[in-house]
Amino acid sequence: MESIAFYVFGVLSVIGAILVVSSKNPVSSALALVLTLFSTAVLFILLLAQFIAVIQVLVYAGAIMVLFLFTVMFLDLREEALRFDARNVPIKMGILVLILIVSGYFATMGFKKAFIGAPMPHSEAFGTVQGVGEVLFRSYLLPFELTSILIVVAILGVVTIAKRRLD
Amino acid sequence: MMNISIGHYLVLSVILFIIGTYGVITRKNLIIVLMSLELMLNAANIAFVAFSRQFGDMTGQVFMIMSITVAAAETAVGLAFVVVIYIHHGTLDIDVLKLLKG
Repeated sequence: MESIAFYVFGVLSVIGAILVVSSKNPVSSALALVLTLFSTAVLFILLLAQFIAVIQVLVYAGAIMVLFLFTVMFLDLREEALRFDARNVPIKMGILVLILIVSGYFATMGFKKAFIGAPMPHSEAFGTVQGVGEVLFRSYLLPFELTSILIVVAILGVVTIAKRRLD
Repeated sequence: MMNISIGHYLVLSVILFIIGTYGVITRKNLIIVLMSLELMLNAANIAFVAFSRQFGDMTGQVFMIMSITVAAAETAVGLAFVVVIYIHHGTLDIDVLKLLKG
């Protein structure tokens, strides 16, 4: 059952990703991205991370995608010709895949135990709001507070950038 | 049916990451480049949550929340830039936007 769900939604997310990078129209790109993000949320539920799945749907598939769609519609982009920068793509992708394989090899050596055998036992509250909240507010309180600075800086940046064209 | 292990999720994560990188490298439309960037971040999130499940440790999920925050901030700033660039230049074609090229 779990494996069927994994394959169905894994394939759906890959199809969505391919549509994102291959479609001509930015609107269909954005909708394909929604498909990918929703399938990823289902995968998170399979990984026993219910709270993360909800956050994924609310923030990613909700807020960020609305922002994308709003910008695309606001700018009223013409359907661009399907243009790709075809120069040196095999070389660039080859270097990328090589880096991924090498780093993946060393990561696998480092975490050899993790890849063999069943998942390690987890606590009762694994993946629930309570469990995530306890880790977030006990062990990682300072990083959590620092993200608020990041958000303030982002808000100030956006307002400054957007204000300049009004002057 | 084969049992689903962490390796399956990591392979899926790598596939999504490579597709996203391909989009960032090859696409010409600035908005689609930003979307491909979201794909790459999403692939990293899958790896975070998969390792979190494997180790039975919720730290990975906490970092995924941080990652979503960074992604949201990045998208907001990026799209503000997109709007300004479109109003200034009338296009989002990366080949046309060469102002900073030496």
